Amino acid sequence: MWIMIANIGWIVSAALILWMLYDWFRTDTTYSEETLTSSREGEIEAVQEQHRV
Amino acid sequence: MSSKSAAAGTPVQKVSLLRILGPAHVWALGVGIVLVGEYTGWNFAADKGGTLAALIICWVIGLLYTSVAMIDSEVTSTVAAAGGQYAQAKHIVGPLMAFNVALYLVFAYTMLEVSNAILIGDTIKAYAGDGFSDWHYKGIIATVIVVLAALNYRGVLMTLNVNFVITAIAYVAIIVLFFSVQPWSQGTILKLNEMVTPENALPYGWIGVIAAFHWGIWYYLGIEGTTQAAEEVRSPARSLPYGTMAGMITLLIGASLTWYVCASLMPWQYLGFTYYPLLDAGKLTGSAMLENLMFIATILAALASANGCINDAARAWFSLGRDRYLPTWFAAVHPKFRTPYRSIVFLVPIALAFAFIANLGQAITFSILSGVLHYTFMSVNIIMFRNKWPLGTIRRGYTHPFHPLPAIVLLALCVVTYFAIFLGYGAQLTAMVVFYVIMSLWFHFYRYRYVKRGDQFTMPWPKPQGY
Repeated sequence: MWIMIANIGWIVSAALILWMLYDWFRTDTTYSEETLTSSREGEIEAVQEQHRV
Repeated sequence: MSSKSAAAGTPVQKVSLLRILGPAHVWALGVGIVLVGEYTGWNFAADKGGTLAALIICWVIGLLYTSVAMIDSEVTSTVAAAGGQYAQAKHIVGPLMAFNVALYLVFAYTMLEVSNAILIGDTIKAYAGDGFSDWHYKGIIATVIVVLAALNYRGVLMTLNVNFVITAIAYVAIIVLFFSVQPWSQGTILKLNEMVTPENALPYGWIGVIAAFHWGIWYYLGIEGTTQAAEEVRSPARSLPYGTMAGMITLLIGASLTWYVCASLMPWQYLGFTYYPLLDAGKLTGSAMLENLMFIATILAALASANGCINDAARAWFSLGRDRYLPTWFAAVHPKFRTPYRSIVFLVPIALAFAFIANLGQAITFSILSGVLHYTFMSVNIIMFRNKWPLGTIRRGYTHPFHPLPAIVLLALCVVTYFAIFLGYGAQLTAMVVFYVIMSLWFHFYRYRYVKRGDQFTMPWPKPQGY
């Protein structure tokens, strides 16, 4: 059983790596670098304070 | 969300990490990273100093980590940012310390992730029997690292929900084992008075207890990882102290139960040698159900730890990129999943490379060394924090008691642990310190020129006293 799980594990790992690389490529080509790297430390606090329910 | 085709001049839409976690997730992150230490690692302390030494350091190192948890809770409830202690160091000590702390974090968590993957591979190999080749062994390791990385890539909420469930199962397994061996009735299954006698309790005397500090760290290593979630919890000032303290209490109980069961079933020579003290304890009860339960729990505990480590290492790496301590390219946040996706994927091949070439002892030691360097920083950090911003000058979510006693205890125990590591792994200790010195020189003389110096300090605090 463990041999089968290990073999399936290789296939699943390869598939997940390909999915992550594909999604990474798609994300990087869809959004600008400024948007993707726009996160700033501490800014969440400011956004939360402005939030209205 | 703005797309690449957005017109020039359109304001850039902000993408940030998602603030979605609660105290239970903080608990799952901290305890999840650490609990594997009860399933393997702590018991090597018995090899250094005997079974009683393993109990003494369980509580003494527990004191070290209680100090860590208290100090961390106070500072993090004030500096609530991804990167945890990195962000603390940046604001309180300075950029060079922050760069080093982030490296400690990335190394400690990546090496811990590697150790967990190797542990799962070794555990399955021990049960798989003939025909389980090196290819299959590496297949298990690769599966652990890649599947958990994909889970982290997909989103922090699902990642820590999974961690909560598997950590809870692994912890309940320890409780089930404890009550199954009838702890109220010594002599029925447990034989503590036969296993631990006045002659063999401390076979190497008190120097053995000192040497045991090295592996005692493993009881709790990683609980400070809760702070990496600071930017993703809904209420950091409440959730982080609550989750971290609850985690420490959980671990102190779990560690004591683990020692009691294992010390009552195995002689110290075997306890200090085996890689699977709880799994062996399950076997020694003679119950197939308990053995299977401990086998599953060992794997779940290692999975939970590796999962939390990927989460934390990626956030530390991401924070370095965000402040330009590393290329800003690493600071990208996935617009849909809201995770630091480039940092997560970047660390996968590094973890795989170490997992394929390193052995468990080396990986654990590198993780422990980075952890102890990190704790040393924390003792200095809290004293500087209280001196620069005394109580009442800024808002704190939690104020730890008896200051500066926890900081002094933490520093003293770190010094003892360095000595213990030097006794067993002096070469690695020296090599690691040299590595950090070289990286510090690189940062100071080369990398720091790219850092926007004003932008890196983000906390709206008053000027520190004396400046």
